[in-house]
Amino acid sequence: MNANVETGLPEARYTYGGDEFVFVELAEAMSLKVNFRAMAITNRLREENVEGVMDICPSNASYMVRIDPDVLHPDRLISRLKELDEEVGDVKGFELRTRVVDVPVMMEDPWTHEALMRFRDRHQDPEATDLEYSARINGYDSKDDFIAALLGSPWLITMIGFVPGLPWCYQLVPPEEQVEVPKYVRPRTFTPERAFGFGGGFAVVYSVQGAGGYQLYGLAPAPVLDVKQRLKDFEDSIVFPKPGDVWKYRGVDQEEFDEIRAGVEDGSFEYKKADFTFHTDRALEDPHAYNKEILGVLYGD
Amino acid sequence: MAIRVKSPGLLTTVQDTGRFGEYAIGMPPSGAMDVFSYQVGNYLVGNRDGAAGLEITYFGPELEFTEDAVIAVTGAEMPPKINGEEAPTWETLRVREGDVLSFDYLKNGARSYLTVSGGIDAPIFMHSRSTYTLIGLGGLDGRALQEGDELQLGEAGNGDARVGKKVDADNIPRYTKETELRVIIGLASYRLTEESMEEFLNVEWTVTPDADRVGYRYRGGELGFVEREQPAGAGSDPANVVDFGYPIGSIQVPGGVEPIVLMNDAVTGGGYATIGTVISADRDRLAQSKTNDKTRFRSVELEEALEAREDRRKRLAEIKDALV
Repeated sequence: MNANVETGLPEARYTYGGDEFVFVELAEAMSLKVNFRAMAITNRLREENVEGVMDICPSNASYMVRIDPDVLHPDRLISRLKELDEEVGDVKGFELRTRVVDVPVMMEDPWTHEALMRFRDRHQDPEATDLEYSARINGYDSKDDFIAALLGSPWLITMIGFVPGLPWCYQLVPPEEQVEVPKYVRPRTFTPERAFGFGGGFAVVYSVQGAGGYQLYGLAPAPVLDVKQRLKDFEDSIVFPKPGDVWKYRGVDQEEFDEIRAGVEDGSFEYKKADFTFHTDRALEDPHAYNKEILGVLYGD
Repeated sequence: MAIRVKSPGLLTTVQDTGRFGEYAIGMPPSGAMDVFSYQVGNYLVGNRDGAAGLEITYFGPELEFTEDAVIAVTGAEMPPKINGEEAPTWETLRVREGDVLSFDYLKNGARSYLTVSGGIDAPIFMHSRSTYTLIGLGGLDGRALQEGDELQLGEAGNGDARVGKKVDADNIPRYTKETELRVIIGLASYRLTEESMEEFLNVEWTVTPDADRVGYRYRGGELGFVEREQPAGAGSDPANVVDFGYPIGSIQVPGGVEPIVLMNDAVTGGGYATIGTVISADRDRLAQSKTNDKTRFRSVELEEALEAREDRRKRLAEIKDALV
């Protein structure tokens, strides 16, 4: 990928996804900054209410727009997107009006453990669990240190998709602290619903049961998808996560897991969350200091 | 009640044009795979555009009508029978209370569409009646039809006056066991080596048994990726990219040996390199191809894709006008 001479940012690739999509890859590599750019550009496009635009899908280091080409020629959209890219530039001063959310997760739970043991023959290291393997290849002394890192710093929702409601989460830590793991050698044919997994540089919560190739670490008691919209958090949408959400995964034990499950069953469960204006500059400059502040907003300390 | 399902067939689902505008939450559109056949079916029975019909895959159901109705069967060559007697396709038919519609074996194509005057009246979920079986939403309880199901019909329009009308032979697609699909090369096509791209476009691919509403998987060649140091976040396999969005019709090549074309119920994003997209006008024909059929991919420019789209739109309008 060529770099833009003025900004030093990689030159975006604009391509057609057939006659109905425009796909823009801002960079091949993931970084917080490139995701902020994807969000800034797609937010602006959304505000413009362009006729002929059907779907605007920000993703990790890219974005995609579905159009009705009978109304809007793909080339016309692309020239506007290039202007928006210029306007957004290196996202200096970009703010996201978002929310910070407490997301309970039970690490090393019996259900994902059973699932991962069933598919050891499809894994890089059949002798270890997914957590032990991931801790080792990321240079952690123990699986507990690795878990502490995952649960210690908050995450940004950088993309939604695969299936309805599945969030991709990128941790708000400096590049050298980013965890990276391969996906399974061959994907599993089964993953429990609400499994907490990791692949490439991203954590996910599987919104539904199904196939999957991410390393499995735990299980979230609360849903990210509620098709029947029974819970309060799903009043406006069947999907809870939104791009730009800041999530803090919090480890829970079996007792709290069961309590939350009971709340989900009787319809009383609600995520703990707080409105929040996310200053991207601060997350890039000193993530750990900023994370303390973010968690203060959520937990009120 | 208007239709009782005596036997459901292999995979029969309620579909309309699809559930659009929800891609950003990971919701694929679903909807009729062969839009052309489905739309013409609605014209034949005098329905407004977007009325729901049944998509019938590979092996047909047996359906009993519990009231008089006006119907049409379009799409694959899977001869319909009314009370055991063969009935024409691409033609408006009348059925009476107690009549049973069944289907002979599939001869060509893969999917037939049954449209009924008034449309299938399944509940609307997120502005569509289309069935998305993976999550279990839309259509009839989010699933394929089962024995004993009862389907309601919407208020019938002017179907009666159309009985006996048929689509001009020139406008009826002919399905063969060889399909050419036009593709716009792009997306992350830079990941494939030049030789592999050439091979992709020259090989005659075979449709594998993995060919359904989620996507079509092919076999026949072996493609390689340009060597690189994998970028941050992508994962270590050369077929992997930093997870991104997948357009409908996009082609990915996990492992290099089995290209997959994503279709109406596909996953909306993921971490495999995509190399191009089958143009919208040709996805009707893709939907009529089946396991062991041969497929070639031909690279075209955007202008040809837009012309093909416009041609299809004009042809549909012509068929619609001729039936009034």
